[in-house]
Amino acid sequence: MARAAMAPTQTALPRQARWRGMIADWSSDQRAFKGVSWGKAMMWVFLLSDTFVFGCFLLSYMTARMSTVEPWPNPSEVFALTIGGAEIPLILIAIMTFVLITSSGTMAMAVNFAYRRDRRRTAILMLVTALLGAGFVGMQAFEWTKLIEEGVRPWGNPWGAPQFGATFFMITGFHGTHVTIGVIFLLIIARKVWRGDFDRGAKGFFTSRSGRYEIVEITGLYWHFVDLVWVFIFAFFYLW
Amino acid sequence: MAQPSMADGHDEGQQHPVRLYLVVWVWLFILSACSYAVDYLQLQGYLRWSLILLFMILKAGLIIAVFMHMAWERLALVYAILLPGVMVLVFVALMALESDYTLATRLTYLGTDP
Repeated sequence: MARAAMAPTQTALPRQARWRGMIADWSSDQRAFKGVSWGKAMMWVFLLSDTFVFGCFLLSYMTARMSTVEPWPNPSEVFALTIGGAEIPLILIAIMTFVLITSSGTMAMAVNFAYRRDRRRTAILMLVTALLGAGFVGMQAFEWTKLIEEGVRPWGNPWGAPQFGATFFMITGFHGTHVTIGVIFLLIIARKVWRGDFDRGAKGFFTSRSGRYEIVEITGLYWHFVDLVWVFIFAFFYLW
Repeated sequence: MAQPSMADGHDEGQQHPVRLYLVVWVWLFILSACSYAVDYLQLQGYLRWSLILLFMILKAGLIIAVFMHMAWERLALVYAILLPGVMVLVFVALMALESDYTLATRLTYLGTDP
């Protein structure tokens, strides 16, 4: 009975030429997003709303930084680390960036193997992704500790404009929360892949429906989004 | 109830050669190294800002297009997701004007008042 609701949408009409096709999709009086399952469409919609959340954070950061009369602390110096006696600018943030990009790569490979129904490789790659994500959060915790010890607070810091601390903790804290949730999400799905839930059609504990390997791609969408947000934070907060 | 078969959703799956992902991955590394180099070499002014934006847009584009498979989705979804995101730029313009004004008033009135 639930067959109709669960039916995938691969029965979509053939794709027409660009604009004509888009108008045909939207005006078809059925479902606008053909060839895309509800799960994927909803993840995209969620990511769009999350884009607005991060957009607002970065915007308020821009507004604070543009309108303050006090000098903005130089992130290149604030986030420098002394390694082997030499002060290297922004090095921890650079390492965090590379860790996150590596995890995005392993996630993309996991999605690829999931559609080949290679359970073992998919689960391992997802675990590696989760591990890299956890490493990222760990480095962020280190960074927070260092800055708090140096006297950065949401209401002030030793180097200049007091809004620096507020925007820093808000933006990186919210992003770190996203990474943490992503790690948990990854571990849950990796366990399901490892057990072969999607091969056996096992029912999920939450939806009581059997999942499909597509959930790996949906998890991947979320994970890549977290990486995407970091690209913007890295550019605007750390490099600008 | 029909047993959902393994073929379910098969046609929705995004199958692309592994090579493509690896190439994009390498490019993301190169672009990240480039943006770090902008800071490491202490480039300043318009050169710095334009390079930061350039590398940022290239990285974001690669992630969205290839890793998130946007390049292969139908336009109805692509525009539904990307256009509202781009609209944030209007908000950026508004707030840039506003903060310019705030700064001007602060420079005019702060410090001149007891």
